[in-house]
Formats: sequence, structure tokens, C-alpha cells
Amino acid sequence: MGETITTRPLPAPSVAKGERLLLRQLRDLVSSPEAVIGLVILLTLSFAAIFAPLIAPQNPYDLMQLDIMDNMLPPGSTLGGGLTAWLGTDDQGRDMLSAIMYGMRVSLGVGIASVVIASLIGALIGVLSAYIGGRFDALVMRIVDLQLSFPSILIALVLLTLFGRGLDKVVLSLVFVQWAYYARTVRGSALVEKNKDYIAAARCLEIPQWRVLVRHMLPNCIPPLIVVSTVQVAHAITLESTLSFLGVGVPVTQPSLGMLIATGYDFLLSGKYWMSTYPGIALVLIVVAINLVGDRLRAVLNPRFTQ
Amino acid sequence: MMAVTNSVVAPALSVENLSVTFQTRKGPVTAVNDVSFHVNPGEVLGVVGESGSGKSVTGLATMGLIDAPGRVSAGRVVLEGRNIAGVSDRDMRGLRGNRIAMIFQDPISTLNPVLRIDTQIMEAITAHERISASAARARAIDALRAVGIPSPESRLEAYPHQFSGGMRQRVAIAIALLHRPAVLIADEPTTALDVTIQVQILGEVQKLAAESGTALVWITHDLSVVAGLADRIAVMYAGRIVESGTVAEVLTAPRHHYTAGLIASVPSRNRRGQPLAQIPGSTPNLANMPSGCAFHPRCSVSSEICSTTLPPLLHDPSGRFMRCHHPRQGA
Amino acid sequence: MIAYLLRRLGQSALVLFTMAVLVFLAVFALGSPVDMLASPDADQAERDALAARFGLDQPLPVQFAAFLGNALQGDLGASFVYGKSALAVIGERLPATIELALLALTFSVMIGVPLGVIAGLRPKSIAGRAIMSTSIFGFSLPNFWIGMMLILLFSVYLGWLPAGGRGPTTEVLGMQLSITSLEGWRHLILPALTLALYKSSLVVRLCEAGTREIVTQEYIRFARAKGLSSFRIIWLHLLKNMMIPVITILGMEFGAMIAFTVVIETVFAYPGMGKLLIESINRLDRPVVVAYLMVTTVIFVLINFIVDLLYVALDPRVRLGGPNE
Repeated sequence: MGETITTRPLPAPSVAKGERLLLRQLRDLVSSPEAVIGLVILLTLSFAAIFAPLIAPQNPYDLMQLDIMDNMLPPGSTLGGGLTAWLGTDDQGRDMLSAIMYGMRVSLGVGIASVVIASLIGALIGVLSAYIGGRFDALVMRIVDLQLSFPSILIALVLLTLFGRGLDKVVLSLVFVQWAYYARTVRGSALVEKNKDYIAAARCLEIPQWRVLVRHMLPNCIPPLIVVSTVQVAHAITLESTLSFLGVGVPVTQPSLGMLIATGYDFLLSGKYWMSTYPGIALVLIVVAINLVGDRLRAVLNPRFTQ
Repeated sequence: MMAVTNSVVAPALSVENLSVTFQTRKGPVTAVNDVSFHVNPGEVLGVVGESGSGKSVTGLATMGLIDAPGRVSAGRVVLEGRNIAGVSDRDMRGLRGNRIAMIFQDPISTLNPVLRIDTQIMEAITAHERISASAARARAIDALRAVGIPSPESRLEAYPHQFSGGMRQRVAIAIALLHRPAVLIADEPTTALDVTIQVQILGEVQKLAAESGTALVWITHDLSVVAGLADRIAVMYAGRIVESGTVAEVLTAPRHHYTAGLIASVPSRNRRGQPLAQIPGSTPNLANMPSGCAFHPRCSVSSEICSTTLPPLLHDPSGRFMRCHHPRQGA
Repeated sequence: MIAYLLRRLGQSALVLFTMAVLVFLAVFALGSPVDMLASPDADQAERDALAARFGLDQPLPVQFAAFLGNALQGDLGASFVYGKSALAVIGERLPATIELALLALTFSVMIGVPLGVIAGLRPKSIAGRAIMSTSIFGFSLPNFWIGMMLILLFSVYLGWLPAGGRGPTTEVLGMQLSITSLEGWRHLILPALTLALYKSSLVVRLCEAGTREIVTQEYIRFARAKGLSSFRIIWLHLLKNMMIPVITILGMEFGAMIAFTVVIETVFAYPGMGKLLIESINRLDRPVVVAYLMVTTVIFVLINFIVDLLYVALDPRVRLGGPNE
């Protein structure tokens, strides 16, 4: 064996090297056509959602702009006000395109907010669990296991039944069903890091524990966290839309894509397809785009999968 | 032609100018390059080389087991007088395990962990013979007994994990020899085993192969293994055979400097108190092969020509082959 | 071995108890059913009488003890809406849901395993890449919307299949099943496919990863060196190894599938216990909600137990033990 045995502790990955790595990873990400398509779709839809109040043909929640006489017009009809509803109108006479753009705001907002909060809480619990270990770790993992063994749809359904409707309540219940994933993911990678030489070295140097935790362990747990979070945004959006479809999600005054679809469901059998089909397509585009990007991210951030 | 073919016996296996190329991101990589050897019925050929020298790929290519992105890019594999390189999958399947068999390095992973031993032996019988289940079972028992597994009747229903590593390798050998193949390719089958068990297995294979007249191609990185086992030896370096000849000739009077280095670095040959002999440098990366003679960066006698021109295949009157511009003079 | 199973059984009991506490607390917070049951013009006395009749006037721990005691005897209270045992109400709807979920499970294996193996054997081929890309869709598509689109296509436009409901049933082994008739299948096929969509993508991914790993194993190479046909290598050597993790995960996911019938049954107006749950939540029919949650918990625990047994049965290394290097 020609290997030399290193007795020096390995240095912690330095920041400058990290930046160069990031650039290379970005290039890797862009080198996959699927990921680029996903990224373009995602950016376009996010743009439409963020600037909906400026670019949407109408404000679908300004009752002054609505005319009930325009209700359930098929795609391409001209409304009383001269506006063309390219995607048709709903039962209140709303332009579907505008409703979808506003709906995406709610869906994306709820999805991202819940993931950000849940991942922060989960990451903190996960790192602490790995770092403290022992009984605390065992207890936390028991709770995580118990929670993960129940389908999130059922937990969220029960929680929202308790809380009632409201954007904040939807986010809260989505956080509640998601934190455990992050806790488990982060704990896993933190445990791996914990046993690496540089952590032992840092300990030997009597660097304060919190610094070891924050400066050394946490940064190395971030790549898997990013992968899980990206894909999880798509899950959160789907879950929210499902809950709204079941009638326990967002309030009627702030309809998400899921609620638009639910409204369209009532008119499905009479063939008024556009009320449920178009918001659904928007939802699918978002979710698929996120997954395309997430899938590639997983490959880029986990060198084990790249050949 | 090689000296040994002077005899009237037709070789069981003759590999002629075999090349295997792997398609990689950075272009094609030739893992086995213009390799030729033959082995006669009942004879043992030792193929020696370090890891990465292409010796295992040569074995797999002979079996027709090279998968994409690799392929046999040139050469012939003549088994019992018939070229089997490039025959249909169907025909090849009929030969594998039947006329030409192979055993592998790691006995722990050679047998399928979730299938019983009897299933794994009997399927190898029925793949090539129309035979009743009870007859196949009887054959399986005989085969296990032949490789020295005690009370084979009761062990048939066991799973691989209930056997030790040595026992598992015995089972693999039993399977490989079920149809008395013309050729058995053994790819380092004893490397993963304890030394005492190595010796037993070596002896076992040698005995069984001799009984059934099977030609044996023994691939190893361990010179001391082939020294006691093989009739002839082929030394591989960086995808090519650099030297071949009878064991006695090659080991006592190596002509190629790589072979000489290998022999010198066998621990038992080093005297106590002397530094362990080593070949300087390391095996070249197949994707980035030195020009000319692949060994020249590590060779003590290399000259200008070594780095520019591939040495031609020389053979001396005694029937030995080598690829070297400056062959060592025989002792 | 037996100790292991006993320990698992103990854990299951603990999970059940924890769930009982959580469910009880959650549903207690759900709101007083008195508001729902009493007529709008009932005075306080009438409301109190109603509360007393259902034991709702007792302190919380007393209510819980009563709940637990009754639950152990199989009594989870009477439905406010149907006026009979909540468990009985669930029991009437259970076969429909189990039938749907089992069919969906079968579909997801039948679709997922072959596609996953193909993609795993030929990861670079067009078919392999197409399967894997499509599985991302199936993985993340909102099921309820897919269900609606299927209704739109097959019921509204083509008129081939009914838009919802359940077909005629016949009694099989004491259960009302509808897979016995063509009409039953016509009703089942769309909801089952919709429900199977997510799981089949999961199975595709599992099998692809499993296949790619297993084909590099030496025992596959040895099987080829023995001269076995590709058919036997794939269907015996590969699948038998791969099915161990697949069955484990599918088993665990079967619980999620039953939970997801809540959504699918709502879309397809399919009279199973999932749709019953949504109706009961909307009607504040507390005992039925409690009964649903407890029954699903029991089902989950049972499934996990069965999966453990299956795992043991499938993997000889776990089942038999033996000298391990």
C-alpha cells in the first residue's frame, strides 16, 4: 500500500474553497437541461406571482372589477369591461389568469414560509440532538419516528380542523408536519461530522462548544438540508393545495391554487374544465419545476451520485 | 508460434490479440491491449499482475462478460477450436458455465445471499442439461462432496451466510466444475481467504481440474501462488502481457525488468535486515498511459527508444515471449 | 427472534396508547358537539341535559378514563349523526377503503417494479431516462387534481367510466367487495390508479436504485458466468434481493395510502371511510372522527407488524442467523 498515513488532524473545510466549490456546483447544475428547464419555469412563475398586482389583467379580489354577468365564460371570451379572459372566468366572473397569478402568490408563499420555518426549527433540533446525544437524542428521535410514521396529510388535517382556517394556521400545521424530516436529515449528517477528525481537533484546541457547533458542524449539514428543503417546498405546496381542496386550508378570501381547483371541482361534471384545469397546470408546473431542480441539486451536492 | 504448441495437443483456450476498450467521458480507455495467450487441456496458466493491469478484465472478456461502456474491440477468443468472441448472447450463454467457467475473488459475495445453496447449484445444472430435479439434486450432492464439504445432503438447504468464506468458495468451485468445463478461469479466488484455507483451496482446484482435464487460467497478483501451481506464466503490466514462459524460466531468469522487480519484491526473497525491495513509482493510470513502453518511467534501464516506441514482441528460441527493448540476460 | 417480536408488540401498544391520548385531546379541543346537536333555539337546561347524556359535563381525566375503558371494549361512542356505534359506522365503510387501497398497492407494484427494473438495467437508454423523468412527475403531482383530470377525460368527455361512487358489492368472507363485478371494476379503476400514481413512482425509484446496485454485485456476475438466462437472473436473483427493501417500504407506505384515501374518496365521491372522515369533521361528529383515527392507528400498527414478519420471512440472513464473517 503506497498510502501515507496522516497524523495531522484534517483542516475544517475552508470558506474560500467552499466558494470555488459553489461556483463549480452552479455550473454542474446548469449543465443539465432538465434543471435549466425547471429553473426557467420556476423563475418565470415566481416573477408572475411576485408581480401579480402589477401585471395581472385584473385584481380578482377587488369586487368593483368583477361583474357576475361574466361568470363561467370559456377561455378566450371578452368580458363586459373589454378585457379578454384567455383562460376563461370562474363562477364569480373573475378572470382565471389573474386568479391563478394571485393564487400562486399564496401557494408559493405558504410553501416557502413553512419550509423555511420548519427547516430552521428542524435543523436546530437535529444538530442539538446529534451534539448532545444520549437520552436527549433518543427522546428526540423517538418523537421524530412517531411523527414520521403517521402520514402528514392526516396530521395536517387534524391540526387544521383544530386551528380553523387561515394562512398562518396553514403555515403552522405545515411546519408541524415537516420539522421532523429536517431534524432527522440534519442529525444524520451532524453525526457523520461529529466523528470527523476536525471536530475532535477543534475540541482538543478547547474551542468553545457553541463555536464548534455553529462554525464547524452546522455548515457541513447544510448541503443535505438544501436538497431536502428544495424538494420539500414542492411537497408543502402540494399538501397545502390538497388541504384547501378538502376545505380545511386557506381562507376563501385568499384562495390558493388548491382552492381554485376545489371551486372548479364543483363545475367539473358540467364540462367547465378551465376552472380546475388551468390552476392545476400552474400547480403542476411549479411542483415539477422544483423537483427537476431539486433532483439535479441532489446530484450536484452529493458527489457520490456523480460519475 | 509459441513453443508449447509444438505438441500435438490443440489448446483448450487460445486468446489472440485481444483488446478491451472502455468508453469514458474523457474518451476511450484501453484496459486490455493486444493480449495473446493459450492454455492446453490439463495445463495451468498463471496470469500475474498488479491491480489495474487488466488481468481481471482479460478474464471477463474471455467469458464474454464485458458490459457497456466496455467492449471487446479487437481479437479472437478460441475455445476448443471455435472463435467465441462476438457470438450471440444465446450461444455464449450455452458455453458459459458449461465449456468455460469462472470463479471470482470474493467468496462472500459470489453466492446470492437470499437463495439456498441447492437452488444455486441446481440452476447451474439445469441451465445446460435437461435433467430431472432429483437427478440434479444428486449431482449437486456429489459436486459438494467432491470439493470437500462435509455432509453435503444436509448443507444443501442452507443459505450462503451459514457457510464460512472458504466453504462458500468451495461451493463456487463446485458450481464452476459441474459440467467439467474445458477451461476454468479463476480470478484471485484465494486472495480474500486465510492463508491456511488458501492452500487447501489451491490444492483442491488443482486436483479437480486435473481430474476433469480442465485447463486452468489462474489470475493473481501473488507470484508465490503461481510459483507452486502453474505450468506457465504470463505477466501483465498496464493492459499488456510483457513476458511469458514456463514458471521455472520466468521466475529464475526473468527477462523483463518489471518481472524482475515483481520477483524481487516478494517478501520471502528479501533478506532480513535489508530494505524491502520495491519497484519505484506506481502503476500508470489507464486513461493516461506513458508513451512507448508503459513501464519506462519506472524502469532502471530505460533509454530514449523506450519512451517513444512500443517494444515489439520478442521471442527467444526457448519459446519465451517478452516486450522489452533491453531484455535482461538470462542467468 | 421471539424476543424481538415481543418487543415490537410492546412498542406497538405504546404507540396505540400515545395515539389514544393525542386523539382524545385533539378531538376534545375540536369544539363541543352540543352546539351541533342542540336545536338552535334550545335553552341552557336542554343543552346541559344533552351534555350530561354524552358525559361531556365530566372533568377531562374522567372523560379520558371512560374513553379508554370503553375503547378497550371496542366502544368508541355512538355517532351523533348516525345514532349508532361509531365503530360500526366505520366498519361499514372500511371494506371499501381497504379494497381501494389494496388495489392501488397492487397497481403500484405492477407498474413500478417492471419500469424500475428496466430503468435500472439501462440507466443511460432513452427508455430509462424517460421512466426516471416521468417518475419525478408522478412523485410530485397533486393526486386530487390528477383524479379530477381523469374524471374529465374518461367520464365527462369520453363517457367510458362513471365519475364516482362505488359499484355493486357482493359479500366475500363477510366483507362487501365490489371487485367481483365488471361494474365494480369500472368504478374502482380510476380512483385506484390515481391513488397508485404516487406509490408507483416511489417503487420505480426504489427499484431503479436497487437494480443499479444489485447488478454490480458479484453474485449477479457469477450467475451470468454460470450461463443462466437473463430472464432467470432478473426474475430470481435480482428481484428476490430487491423485493426485501421494496416490500418493507411499501408496507410502511400502505398506511399513508390508506390515509390518502381521504383525498381520493372525496374526489371520486367513493363511499369509504376517508370520505366519512371529511363528512364527520364538517358535521362535528366527534366519535366517528375519534373512531377513524383509532382504527387507522390500529391498521398502521398492524401493517408495521406484518412488514416486520415479512422482512424476517424474506431475508434468510435475518430469519436463520448463522456464522457471520
